Amino acid sequence: MCLGVPGLVVEVDDLTAVVDFWGVRRRVRLDLVDEPVAAGDYVLNHVGFAIRRIPPEDVQTTLELYEQLLKEASGDLMATDVRSEIENLKSEF
Amino acid sequence: MAALEFRDPIRAKALAAALARATGDVGREVSLMHVCGSHEQAIAKFGLRSAFPRDLNVIMGPGCPVCITDQPEIDEAVALARQGARIATYGDMVRVPGTAGSLADAQARGARIDTVYSVAQAVDLARETPDDVVFFATGFETTAVATAAVILAGVPKNFSVLSAHKYIPPVMEIVAEMPGTRVEGFLAAGHAATITGWGIFEPFVARHHLPVVVAGFEPLDILAALVKLVELVRDRAPAVVNMFPRCVTREGNRNAQRRLWQVFRPIGGRWRGIAHIPNGNLRLRDEWAAVDARRRFTIDLASLWQHAPSTLARQCICGNIMAGIASPDDCPLFGGACVPDAPVGACMVSSEGTCRIWHQYGGVPDLTAVARPFQGRDDRGAEGPALRDNASRGPVCPI
Ligand code: SF4
Repeated sequence: MCLGVPGLVVEVDDLTAVVDFWGVRRRVRLDLVDEPVAAGDYVLNHVGFAIRRIPPEDVQTTLELYEQLLKEASGDLMATDVRSEIENLKSEF
Repeated sequence: MAALEFRDPIRAKALAAALARATGDVGREVSLMHVCGSHEQAIAKFGLRSAFPRDLNVIMGPGCPVCITDQPEIDEAVALARQGARIATYGDMVRVPGTAGSLADAQARGARIDTVYSVAQAVDLARETPDDVVFFATGFETTAVATAAVILAGVPKNFSVLSAHKYIPPVMEIVAEMPGTRVEGFLAAGHAATITGWGIFEPFVARHHLPVVVAGFEPLDILAALVKLVELVRDRAPAVVNMFPRCVTREGNRNAQRRLWQVFRPIGGRWRGIAHIPNGNLRLRDEWAAVDARRRFTIDLASLWQHAPSTLARQCICGNIMAGIASPDDCPLFGGACVPDAPVGACMVSSEGTCRIWHQYGGVPDLTAVARPFQGRDDRGAEGPALRDNASRGPVCPI
C-alpha cells in the first residue's frame, strides 16, 4: 500500500492523464501532483493519483528498481505489493 | 550525495563495518526505531539484522497503517455494514479482526463490502448505486491526501467517509517518551516524508533532542541511514538528515499538504497498541460534516461489544509489537494459531505488518544476544540477493 508505481504520461487532459504502466494504460488523477506534467513525463502513481513527477534524471534508475522488484519470487512481499498495484491498474481501465 | 550501489556486497560490508564502529564508539546499547513497513520488509528480507552490531537494536515502530487502525475503528465499519451501508475499503482492511469479527465476516453474513484500489473507485461506486456508500478510509498521510482530493473534487450525496486516517509525526512524539523503548533516534520513511517534507521533523528534534534520518527503502539505503543515525547519537548531535534527497525535499509536496489540511484536522485518538496519540488521527473538518459518516449515521457500537473477543484474540500482542516492546517471537500464537491465511491480529494481515513480514522471511534471530558477520542472507536458503545482484544503481524514489 505504501509504494507507488511509476508510469509514462501519454496524454494530459486537464485534471487527469492517461499513463502507461508496463503496457497497461490507465487514467490517473493529477490533483495531487507536485508540479505540472506533460506527455512524455514519468509520474509516480499512488492509489490512482499521481503524487510526484519523477525528475527526468531519476527515471532510468526508478524504472530499473521496479523491474528488479518485479522479477523477485512470488513470496517477496514488496514485489507482491508492486505486482498487485499493477494488477489493480489493469482492472480499472 | 554519491550514488550508493545498494545491492553491492562490498558496499554493504563497508556500511556494516561503519555501523559496528559507530556503535562501538557509543560504548553501550543503542535503540533506534523505524516507522515504515517497507523498512521492515527490507530489513527482514535481506537479513540486515544479522549485519547489525550486538549493541544496536533496530525496533519496528508503528509503521503499518493497517496494523495501527484500532479495534473500535474496525468496529465502526462493521457496525455500519451491519446497519445496511455499503462499505468500500482497501483490501487488507477487510480481514482485520474487530471485536465482533472482521468486515469479511460481516460480508459472509450478508453485509455488502467492496474492496477498492482507489478512493476514486469508491466514489464511482456511489455514482452507480442509490445505496449509501461509506468509504472506510485508512492509511497515513500518503493515502489521506487522496481521500482529501476526491472530497474537494465533489462527491455524490450518497457517499461518505469513515476516516481512520493517521498522521505519523505525532506518534513519534509519544514513542520518543515511552519508558519501555528508550528510543534514541528515528529512521523516518521516505514515502510519507515525500508529502510532508523533512522540515516537519525539525520541531520534533528540537523538543526531544533525538536525531531523525529520512531513509529510502532499499537495503543499502537503510544501512547507510543507520550509520548516520548512530553517528548522530554518538556525537550527541540531534538533527534531521535527509538521506533520500531525490525523493524528499524540505517542504514536501505543498499542493498535497494544502488539500490534506483543507479537508482534515488532526485530533487525538487511539492507535492500536500505542494508546492515545494527541493529533495522531485525521478527522473531517466541520465544513465537511455532510460527507462524514460519523455525523451522518448513528453508529451502533454497543451491539458489537456484547461479544467477548475470542480467547485467541485476547492473546494477541500486536500492540506491544508496534510499541516496540515485544517481537513476534514473543507471541505464543506466532506461526501456529496465527498465520497469514488465518490471522488472529492485524499485524499478521498486512504485507507491512511485522508478524506477517517475519512469518514470510522465516523470523529473525535475536541479534542482541549473538553478533554475526554480514552474509547477505536471505531465507530462501540460497545465496542472498545482496551477494547475487551486483547491479549498480543509486537510491531511487519509490514515491
Ligand atoms: S502473531 Fe498474530 S496473534 Fe501474535 S501478535 Fe502477531 S498478529 Fe497478534
